[in-house]
Amino acid sequence: MAEEIILLDFWPSMFGMKVRIALTEKGLKYERREENLLNKSPLLLEMNPIHKKVPVLIHNGKPICESQIIVQYIDEVWKDKSPLLPSDPYERAKARFWADNIDKKLHLLGGKLWRTKGEEQEAGKKEYIEYLKLLEEELGDKPYFGGENFGFVDLTLMPYFSWLHVFEIATKFTVEVECPKLITWSKRCMERESVSTSLPDHQKLYGFFLQLKKWHGIE
Amino acid sequence: MADEIMLLDWWSSMFGMRVRIALVEKGLKYESREEDLNNKSPLLLEMNPVHTKIPVLIHNGKPICESPIIVEYIDEVWKDKSPLLPTDPYQRAHARFWADYIDNKIFQLGGKIWTRKGEDQEAAKKELMECLKILEGELGEKPFFGGENFGFVDVSLVTFSCWFYAYESFGNFSIEAECPKLIAWTKRCLQKSSVSSSLPDPLKIHDFVVQLRKKFGIE
Repeated sequence: MAEEIILLDFWPSMFGMKVRIALTEKGLKYERREENLLNKSPLLLEMNPIHKKVPVLIHNGKPICESQIIVQYIDEVWKDKSPLLPSDPYERAKARFWADNIDKKLHLLGGKLWRTKGEEQEAGKKEYIEYLKLLEEELGDKPYFGGENFGFVDLTLMPYFSWLHVFEIATKFTVEVECPKLITWSKRCMERESVSTSLPDHQKLYGFFLQLKKWHGIE
Repeated sequence: MADEIMLLDWWSSMFGMRVRIALVEKGLKYESREEDLNNKSPLLLEMNPVHTKIPVLIHNGKPICESPIIVEYIDEVWKDKSPLLPTDPYQRAHARFWADYIDNKIFQLGGKIWTRKGEDQEAAKKELMECLKILEGELGEKPFFGGENFGFVDVSLVTFSCWFYAYESFGNFSIEAECPKLIAWTKRCLQKSSVSSSLPDPLKIHDFVVQLRKKFGIE
C-alpha cells in the first residue's frame, strides 16, 4: 500500500524546514500544504488540537506533532535509508541534547536580535555569536555535527542559518568573521539537495521578515 | 565489567526524580550525589558545562543531561527490562509528545502558583487545572499513560505529584476535586516501589517551599 504523507507547513518556519529536510533525506514523496497561520485550516485544528501549530506530519491519516518528535518518527519508520540519529545510545543522547539546546536557544536569541534596537540589540548580537562559537566548538573538525554523515543536529541547525542570513543584513553583523568553520559547515550542508530544496530563498525570507517587523510595529 | 552509574541530583527536583524512577525500574545500582545548587560542585560544572543543572547521569564517566534525554538513554541501554517507551514508532511519538507537553506546562505553572499572588496566581491556577484536565483526558480509562504498563509519560508526570500538596496549599485549591482520575492514577503509581522510593514526602516539599518563599520574600 502506498504511504500517504502530508505535511502541514508554513514556508518561513524553521521547524517546518527541519521536517522537509528529513523527508527529502529519506527520499519520501509527500504533499506539502501551506497553512495560513492567521486562518488555520480545520485539518490543522483537528490534527493538532493541543498546540494548533505547524509543522504537523500526517502519515496514513495519523498526526505527529512537534518537529523534533516528527523527525525522530521519520527516522524510526524509514530506518533503512540515510539514518539521521546515530545507533549508539550515548551518541543519540548527545544529538538529542544539542538539537534540543539549539531549538531553545536560537529561537530566543534570534527574537532578541530583531525585536530590539541600540544597546539591547548589540548585547543580543554578542550573545548570538557566543552561542554560535559554542556550537562551532562542538562541531570541531568533523564535516557534520553527526560526524562523517549529515544528521539530526545538522538538520536542526541549518534552518536557523537561513534566518541568520536575514538577521545579518538587518542588524549589520557577519558571522563568518567570528565563526568561519560554521559558515563552511553551512555551505557544505547547502550542497545537499535535501537542504537546498527545503530552505526558502533568502530574498523571499528577507521580504517576509520586513513584513513581520511591520506587523509587530518594529522599525 | 560492572557499570559505574552516578546521578548528580537535588532531592526536591521533579526532573531528578524521573531519573531515579527509571534507574530503579531497570533494577540498576547507582551512586546518588546531592548537589548544593548554591555552590555547584566542580564535577557538575565539568559534566554539564552548558546548563550547569541537575540531573546529570554519569555512566562509566560519560555525562548525559536533560531528564527526558537521560530517561530515553536508560531505556535504550538497558532495553531488556521494564521498557519505558513503546516499540511502535507512532506510539513512541505519542509518548514523546505528551512528555514534552508536561515539560512545557506543569513546571512553570506550578512555580507561578507558589511565587505569585492575586490575578497572576489565579491565572496560573486556572491554566494548570486546564492542563491537568487535558492530561486526565489523555489518560482516559487506562491504568497508566503507557497503557497496561507504567511508561515514559507516567515517569514524566508522576514526579510533580509530590509537589501538588504545596501547589494546593499556596494556591488554595484542590486538584482532586477537579481531576479525581489523575489523583487515583498518582496513587496507583505510588504503589510501585520505583516511584515510592524516588519521591519525597509532599509535606517535606511543602516545608521546603515555605523556606523558599521566606528566602525570596514572598508572603
